[in-house]
Amino acid sequence: MGLDPLLQVEGVSFGYTRETVLNDINFAVSEGKIVTLLGPNGCGKSTLIKVMLGLLCPAKGRILYRGENIARMSTKALAREIAYVPQMHRSAFPYTVMDVVLMGRIPHKTFFFRYSKADMSIANDAIERLSIAHLGKRAYTEISGGERQLTLIARALAQGAKTFLMDEPASGLDYGNQLRLLDQIIRLSREGYTFIKSTHSPEHALWVADRAILMRKGTVVADGKCSEVITTESLLYLYNARVNVLNVKNFPRVCVPQTLCGNAEYNGDRQRNVI
Amino acid sequence: MRRSSIFPALSCLLAAAAVFSLTLGQYPTPVRDILGLFLFRFFGIGTTPDNQILGSLLLDIRLPRILAACLIGASLSVSGSAFQAMFVNPLVSPGLLGVLAGASFGAALGMVLSKSWVAVQCLSFVFGLVAVLVSVGIAKMHKGNTALLLVLGGVISSAFFTSLLSIIKYVADPYNQLPAIVQWLMGGLSLVDKRTLLAAGIPQLVGIVLTILLSGYLNALSMGDEEAQALGIPVERVRLLLIFIATLMSALTVVQAGMIGWVGLIIPHITRMLVGPDNKVLVPSSALIGAIYLILVDDVSRTLFNVEIPLGIATSLIGIPFFAVILRKARQGWD
Repeated sequence: MGLDPLLQVEGVSFGYTRETVLNDINFAVSEGKIVTLLGPNGCGKSTLIKVMLGLLCPAKGRILYRGENIARMSTKALAREIAYVPQMHRSAFPYTVMDVVLMGRIPHKTFFFRYSKADMSIANDAIERLSIAHLGKRAYTEISGGERQLTLIARALAQGAKTFLMDEPASGLDYGNQLRLLDQIIRLSREGYTFIKSTHSPEHALWVADRAILMRKGTVVADGKCSEVITTESLLYLYNARVNVLNVKNFPRVCVPQTLCGNAEYNGDRQRNVI
Repeated sequence: MRRSSIFPALSCLLAAAAVFSLTLGQYPTPVRDILGLFLFRFFGIGTTPDNQILGSLLLDIRLPRILAACLIGASLSVSGSAFQAMFVNPLVSPGLLGVLAGASFGAALGMVLSKSWVAVQCLSFVFGLVAVLVSVGIAKMHKGNTALLLVLGGVISSAFFTSLLSIIKYVADPYNQLPAIVQWLMGGLSLVDKRTLLAAGIPQLVGIVLTILLSGYLNALSMGDEEAQALGIPVERVRLLLIFIATLMSALTVVQAGMIGWVGLIIPHITRMLVGPDNKVLVPSSALIGAIYLILVDDVSRTLFNVEIPLGIATSLIGIPFFAVILRKARQGWD
């Protein structure tokens, strides 16, 4: 981690009504990293993302962005820094892809606004950077889930934000689209964009993330390099699932359910399970 | 339709509809006479038309009525478009939050309590606002999905003021007051005069312009509160402002013409079919189409038979079958 963290989560607790959803969460993220939040349903990943976006106000603790408490930043100023890429969704109205990407320009506009030529060209650039220029005039409701997700990333780029918070971006996408999405995330992170994303797939974390934060029942149970914290033991603890995390030569690890492993059954020493 | 040609085309249509409507009536007037009169009155060109009745007929009766139809049609359509986007629901109309129920109750109360027409109009306006405040208040009492709570608040508030209206009808004098109330609720432009037009029309015009200026937010607001806020929009503030403007405009339509149903529901749908869902284009287009629609329906209601058909009945009778026909197409894109 660098000396100057981009985003700091300090002692954040949060609860809806009486139930505690987040309990004393602490971590810091440095610029240009891909951080994955991993944990079972209801562990508080989505809530944590909403707190980091300033959509929910933590009961205790604070979120610092470049040293500034986000609770003190205006909605607009925050949107210029941090973009939200929601879970795959369908819009109710068949807006064009261009209309959706243009929404990203709102934090740069005055209260009464019209989009300018400059906004159009920024939106066009964002669309081209994600290689979806052919979709510009298509209705957002008629394109595939993968294309919608790329559209939302293009919107985040048009927003001018440097940090992207993604809530299960790959869920609901088919295999090919999941891989294309991960490709784009790696490419953008090399350009200096920071990603904090939640996922249900430990493999996605192992493939693309620099770091994994494991959560269970509203607390962080492990935080570190993916290859170190995503282990057979931790996955058993998180998901109550018996999985072998296997090494592949010169490559990220893969997860294989133990029932399928046969002879290569987990023997306590990960390093031996090399394909 | 190409985006750049939408507004000029609709504006020309609106002008044509207005001029055409000026010629219509028990006393038909050719376009040539109307042009002559307007050129003389406003630009001092030509000679004064010999017919004094024509002047007062056009300028004191037909013109205010047509302008009122324009403003009412545009107000209801713009409010309906904004509400459909904000509440992400195709069955939403400007009456969603109870403004029409409240304003109707206010008007009825005014007719029972007072003989003064101004008092009726003021009470109508005030109770329109009160009904929406009740909806917003109910939504604010609870935590959670604000848009959904507002809709529920609107249902409660509408039902409450409709019940109050029933009480007024029950206690009203059945020979004079009750027929007046019933006729008022059917809606009509025959009572519009210059004073009402000025008092209600100017705020309506401001409201229409403000809603058009705020229409850039509507696309994002229809993606859901959290997403809109993450896009840097102060969601709660913008939504309350739009609700306030729409309420003001809608209450003023009741003040001018009683209950004019269905315009705020079907015009946004028709407009969406013509110009697409982008609210930056949809909202101003729906204003123009709503104005054209109400002018034409009012023409039908005042010329079809010897007696005037109440405008609210005409808009419903024309609007409902139309809605049934376009429903299949209008549903596209809605889940």
